Amino acid sequence: MQTIQLPSYKSQSPEVADRFRRLKERQVILETVGLGKVFVTGNGEITVLDDICFKAYRREFLSVIGPSGCGKSTLIRILSGLESASAGQVLLDDKPVDSPGSERGMVFQGYTLFPWLTVKKNVMFGLEVAGKGRTEAEAEALQWIDMVGLEQFANHYPSQLSGGMQQRVAIARALANRPRVLLMDEPFGALDAQTRARMQSYLLQIWRNVDITIIFITHDLDEAVYLSDRILVLSAHPGQVQEMIEVPVPQPRSPKQHLSPEFLATKAHIEELIHPQRESEDVLPIIRLTQVGDEVL
Amino acid sequence: MSSWFTIQKELSGRRGAALILLSFLLPLGIWSLVSYVPFIWHPMVEITGEGGSPYMEKGQRVKRELFAQENQRLAQEGAELMTGTRANPVYLPPPHRVLTAVYTSFKSEPRRPDDPWLHESLAHSIRVVFYGFLLSSVIGVPLGILCGVFSCFSKLFEPFFEFFRYMPAPVFGALAVAVLGINDGPKVAIIFIGTFFQQVLVIANTTRQLPPSLLEAAQTLGARGGTLLRKVVLPAIAPNVFLDMRILLGWAWTYLIVAEVIGTSTGITWFINQQAKYRIYENVYAAILMIGVIGLATDMVLAWIGRNVFVWNGGRRNEFFKFLFELFYGSRHETFSFVQKRIAKHADDTTAQLQEPIP
Ligand SMILES: Nc1ncnc2c1ncn2[C@@H]1O[C@H](COP(=O)(O)OP(=O)(O)OP(=O)(O)O)[C@@H](O)[C@H]1O
Ligand SMILES: [Mg+2]
Repeated sequence: MQTIQLPSYKSQSPEVADRFRRLKERQVILETVGLGKVFVTGNGEITVLDDICFKAYRREFLSVIGPSGCGKSTLIRILSGLESASAGQVLLDDKPVDSPGSERGMVFQGYTLFPWLTVKKNVMFGLEVAGKGRTEAEAEALQWIDMVGLEQFANHYPSQLSGGMQQRVAIARALANRPRVLLMDEPFGALDAQTRARMQSYLLQIWRNVDITIIFITHDLDEAVYLSDRILVLSAHPGQVQEMIEVPVPQPRSPKQHLSPEFLATKAHIEELIHPQRESEDVLPIIRLTQVGDEVL
Repeated sequence: MSSWFTIQKELSGRRGAALILLSFLLPLGIWSLVSYVPFIWHPMVEITGEGGSPYMEKGQRVKRELFAQENQRLAQEGAELMTGTRANPVYLPPPHRVLTAVYTSFKSEPRRPDDPWLHESLAHSIRVVFYGFLLSSVIGVPLGILCGVFSCFSKLFEPFFEFFRYMPAPVFGALAVAVLGINDGPKVAIIFIGTFFQQVLVIANTTRQLPPSLLEAAQTLGARGGTLLRKVVLPAIAPNVFLDMRILLGWAWTYLIVAEVIGTSTGITWFINQQAKYRIYENVYAAILMIGVIGLATDMVLAWIGRNVFVWNGGRRNEFFKFLFELFYGSRHETFSFVQKRIAKHADDTTAQLQEPIP
């Protein structure tokens, strides 16, 4: 049997290495310092997050990946201010933040558009809350709706849109506030594979056109490697930083890179980190309900 | 057959409509059968000729056994026999009599000159329900929403209301009269007591059903405090609160009959009691029917308004409501959509005319 020899995920081409050097010279937009979270429940305390430290640079695409239940959602909810940290701090532009605000936009996994507002009014929501006049807000909203390619649907209600379209509106709604950072919690998790691929491409295009730092949570390895500059890998129970991976795949990304050696090497490495002893866990006890001679060929 | 009984599946339009019609025709059919087909029930005999009987009178209704006994007695005495036709008791008039009574009861003058006409009685009843429900809603809806949103309101009010609602509203009748006198005050108070406590609890519950994710989304968009309440909580719960109000209005109507016998008897209840006293039962049925029709009609009108206001679940606004909404919320620089449509249609017509070859 022949296996393909992959390069190490750490070996970066000179261009990629240079890109990461320049990225780290950029301004730090969001930083967490020793972030921890303990939930107190009926059965005692659960430490969900422990000593999470990382920095997100300006216009970086940073993904967070980890096994289910490791506290990814909790982490992003703390970043957005919807949940308070038990320890440590979140710094936005070097200033601590602890409550939700429009400078940290958020896109949730579920559909959270306001069902009683049309697409246009949904996107105008944040602008009107910020005190912009109706005409101005409307013009800006329409521009963002154009950007996510939904200009024909501006006067539709969310219930008339498909799941992917709704998430695009949610992205437009978050971006319309001109946030410093866009937090996304498995935004494409509920979509089918094709829609998901399209949404990834849309997201990369939007990211290129807008001055925005994206923190993107996912449990899909392909998605993480394809979209990100860097990937924060968390371990479970308690959630701790396992590794911050610099993705050696050159930018700009295209779907063809899914099969490039750097891509596969990175994916294999993360797979290793997240599911270390895979084989032994995955074997079920043998309980046979088929006749002898009836086996699968 | 099976397609009539599929779990949780809406019947097709035709079948659905047929069943809706049937739900009204079935009781009416039973009523008609009992009224018009003599051998089904008709336990009485209406006397058409009293013959030689000293006790019976023409037009009187007596039990069939009594009629047979009397005729047997008359036969033994050799006197003239009574004649009669089988009939239902007076308290069960046939449908056509009730239907005509719906019309004639409005026309018939009250027996005593200062008694109210039927339409005055009805108006009085509607007024009592309206004020009772309005008063309850003006306080109950905001309080219910506050209880649903803020735990402190919920803890402060709901336990007591939960306790209070188990005391049936009518038991406060005597108290209400003592405090508010014998006019409409105590009647409105009974409807208020009957509705208010339920209303706060029901609306608080509806408010609590609001998905927290909508609030969180709004918070990440910069909304907080009053803005959150006004721009997210209120519109999000509005359709369900509206539905609750429709149901609660039905409850308010059921308290009306109790309320109207408190103090001095008034309104439709008074009318019904009077007519029963005079033994004009078709008027009694007509009045009961009217209460039902008024209730159903109000509910249907409210449902229609609801469909036109809360359009985001797939409904559609009709032209009139579209106009109202554009009047209140439309952008100031655009003409009304019905005007735009007219203009577009006019333009189409003129181009069509222009394209027609000139003879
Ligand atoms: N409010 C809460 N109270 C108690 N425990 C909680 C609470 N919220 C989350 N947890 C626990 O914290 C852990 C992490 O939850 P979290 O939703 O952040 O995981 P996740 O990584 O997003 O998982 P998934 O991949 O399934 O989305 C879970 O074990 C969960 O049971
Ligand atoms: Mg999660």
